[in-house]
Amino acid sequence: MKTSNEKGAAQALAGQIHSACAEASGELRFMEVCGTHTMAIHQTGLKTLLPENLRLVSGPGCPVCVTEMGFIDHSILMGKEHGACLVTFGDLIRVPGSLGSLAGYRAEGGDIRVIYSPMDAIDIALERPDRPTVFLGVGFETTIPTVAATVKTALARGVKNLYVLPAFKTIHPPLKILAEKEDLHGFLLPGHVSAIVGAACYEYLCRDFRKSAVVAGFGALDILLALRDLVSMTVAGEPELINDYKQVVRSEGNPTARSIIYEVFDPADAVWRGLGTIPGSGLAFKEPYTQFDAVAHFPVEVPEAEDDPRCQCASILTGARTPDKCGLFGKECTPDEPVGPCMVSSEGTCAAYYKYGKV
Amino acid sequence: MTGKLIRDLIVPQLDRGRLGPLPDSVVLSGLGESIAYTTDSFTVSPLFFPGGDIGSLAVHGTCNDIACSGARPVYLSLGLILEEGLPMDQLQTILESVAGAADEAGVEIVTGDTKVVPKGGADGVFINTSGIGRLEGPGLPPPESMNAGDAILVSGPVGNHGMAVMLSRAEFSFDFDLVSDSASVWPLVERLLELGPGLKFLRDPTRGGLAATLNEIASMGGKEIAVEETAIPLDSAVETAAEILGIDPLLAANEGKIVVVVEKGVAHKALELLKDIPLAKGAAIIGEVTARDGDRVILNTRVGGARVMAEPSGELLPRIC
Amino acid sequence: MCLAVPMKLVVITGEGTGKVDSGGVGTDVSLMMLPQAAVGDYIIVHAGFGIEVLDPEEARIRLDLFHELAAATAGLEEP
Repeated sequence: MKTSNEKGAAQALAGQIHSACAEASGELRFMEVCGTHTMAIHQTGLKTLLPENLRLVSGPGCPVCVTEMGFIDHSILMGKEHGACLVTFGDLIRVPGSLGSLAGYRAEGGDIRVIYSPMDAIDIALERPDRPTVFLGVGFETTIPTVAATVKTALARGVKNLYVLPAFKTIHPPLKILAEKEDLHGFLLPGHVSAIVGAACYEYLCRDFRKSAVVAGFGALDILLALRDLVSMTVAGEPELINDYKQVVRSEGNPTARSIIYEVFDPADAVWRGLGTIPGSGLAFKEPYTQFDAVAHFPVEVPEAEDDPRCQCASILTGARTPDKCGLFGKECTPDEPVGPCMVSSEGTCAAYYKYGKV
Repeated sequence: MTGKLIRDLIVPQLDRGRLGPLPDSVVLSGLGESIAYTTDSFTVSPLFFPGGDIGSLAVHGTCNDIACSGARPVYLSLGLILEEGLPMDQLQTILESVAGAADEAGVEIVTGDTKVVPKGGADGVFINTSGIGRLEGPGLPPPESMNAGDAILVSGPVGNHGMAVMLSRAEFSFDFDLVSDSASVWPLVERLLELGPGLKFLRDPTRGGLAATLNEIASMGGKEIAVEETAIPLDSAVETAAEILGIDPLLAANEGKIVVVVEKGVAHKALELLKDIPLAKGAAIIGEVTARDGDRVILNTRVGGARVMAEPSGELLPRIC
Repeated sequence: MCLAVPMKLVVITGEGTGKVDSGGVGTDVSLMMLPQAAVGDYIIVHAGFGIEVLDPEEARIRLDLFHELAAATAGLEEP
C-alpha cells in the first residue's frame, strides 16, 4: 500500500477513535492479550495517535513472559545432567531462571541451538542418535500445532531421541479470569491464535461478561481498525464480538490444526509466572506420544525458585500496573540485565516500554 | 608448522613487496604529520556468507573505520588465530578474499601474525586487522560541531549484511538472493570530503545497525535526532526476511554503508556527489538533528505516529512471538 | 505468540509439504494443517508451517476500506 494511503487511512481511523473517545465519560481500558500486539503497537508508534483517555493494557499473552523460572532451570539441568542438546526458539534465550539464562548456559559451553521451525529439531536429533535432543515447548495456540505436528512426524519417522519439555499455554482459561476484571472494557484478541481457534469461540466475552472484543491483525491499520470498533461498541454500550481479521481468521478457525493438537496432547493444569496455577490452561502428552515427554525421561531436581519479590511482572501481566510503576524498571531491571521476563522477552511489556519509551 | 603455513600459503597470497622478507616490524613513511589508526577483530560465524567471508570482512571493516575519520586507508596488519583442524582449502579461500579485498580497496597488508590454537579455541578463524590511514585534508570536525538542523543521510539500503549472515546460518534453510554489502566505503568518503566544513560526521553502522549509529550520534551531539521511517532505504528481500524471522532490520549490521551528518544546506549536494557511485545506490536523506536537548532517536513512523528508536542490546535473535 | 507472514505457495513438493516465496525469500513449509492449500494461494506462515490460507476476497475488502479512508482524508485536506 502506498505510504500516503497508509498515513491517510491511519489518520482517518485515529480521527474516528478520537471522536468516539470524546463521547466517553471516563477512561476506556482495553487489554491487548497478545504480546505480538504489544510489540506492534509500540513499534508502529500507534500510541502517539491515540487519545489520552484510551488506555491499552498488556495481557499475559506473551508465552515467554508467563514461562516460569523453573522451566529455564529444568532445561539447563537436562543439558548439564543428561547431556541433552537443547533446541529452542530465539525468544527464550535471555529469559532469566534461578540458574541463569539459556544464553548464560551457552556461554559456559552448553549445547543449545536456536531454530526457526520446530521441525528443525528432528534434523538436529537425527544428527546424533546417541544424544537426547530436547525441544523447549513454549507457545500459545499459534505455535502448539507446529510442535504437535513435529512430534507426529517424528513418530512416523521412528525418531527415538527427540523429546519436548512442554510449557504450552492455551488462551481461554486466562481470558475467562481476566474477563471478570471490572476495570477492563474489552479485549483486542490475538489474530494468529484466532486463526487456529476461530473467532466464534470468544462469544462468552460479550455474552457472559459484557466485554467488547475484536479479533485483530497485526499491521498498524489492522490494529487501528480494531481499536475503532472496540471504542465505538463500548461507548455505545453494545459490547459485541467482531472479527476484523477475516482474511485470516475463519469463524470456526482451523479444525485440522486443532485435531493435530488434541491428537498429541490433552489439556492439563499449568503454572503461569505471575498468575499461579490456572486449571486446564496447559497441555500434557497423551498416548502414543508420551515417549516424547522430556519430563518423564529426564528426572531432575528443579530448585525451588522464587521470583524477586520486588518484581512487578505479575501485576503487569494482568494489566494491573504499568512498567514505569515498578521500582526496578530501568534501574536494576533493563533489557541487558533483566530481573523479570517482561523485560527480557522481545514482546514483554516492560521491554517494549523501555525500548520504545514515551515520546 | 606455523612457519610453513606462513611461508607457503600466507605470504604468497598477500605479499605486495613488504611482507616477503618477514621483518619483525615494518617501517613506513610518507604518511604525513597525523595518521588515522584503528584496530578491529572479526569473529563472524558462519565464516562464509553470500557476498563475502571473514577475510573480506576483516579488510573492509578496518578500512571503513579509517575512512570514517576522513582518511584514506593505506596499510593493514593481519593477525590470524586459527583453530587446529581448520581445513586448508578454507584458509586458502579466506586468504584469497583478504588479498582481493585489499587490492580492490587500495591497501597493502604490511605485517601480520599467525597463531594456531587447540580445537575449540577459536570458531574456525578469528582475525584482527589494524589499519593506518593518511589524512588528505583537515579531517573531520569534533562531534560537538553537530547542530540543530543538520541533515542525516545513509548511503544505501540497510540491514543487508546482518540479514544475509543470519539467513545463511546452518540452522535456517531459506532460499534467498540477499547478499552482504561488505565493501570499502573510502570512495564514498573521498567524494563527501569535497563538502569541506559542511561534512560534520561519518560512521559505518556495523554491529547494532543503523539504530546503534543513530543513537551514538544523538549521544555525541547532545541533541535528539528525528528520522522518517519511510525515508530509510530497505531492500524488499531484507524487509521480508526480517518479517519472517521477527528481526528489526534497523538493528542488523551493515558492512558497506555510511551514515553521514552534514550541514542542512548541503544535504542535496551530498546526494549529488554520491549519485554516480554504484556503492551509494539508494542513498537518501533520512532525518535531522533536532533542536531538542537529549540523546534519544525518534522514529516518525509510516502511519504518522512516533516512537523511540532504542539503543540495541544483545544479539539479533529470531523469534516466533 | 503470533509472528506470521503471508507467503505465496509456489509448489507442492510432497505429501503435506511445499515451497513458499515472498519478496525473494523462499522456504520449505509444512502444509500438514492445510490439506486444502493449492499452488498460488497465499499462506500464513508461522515457524515453518502454514497455519491458514489467506482469503483474497476478504483481503481485498479490507484493502478497499483502507483506500477509502485514505481518500476521505485526502479529500478533507484539499483547500
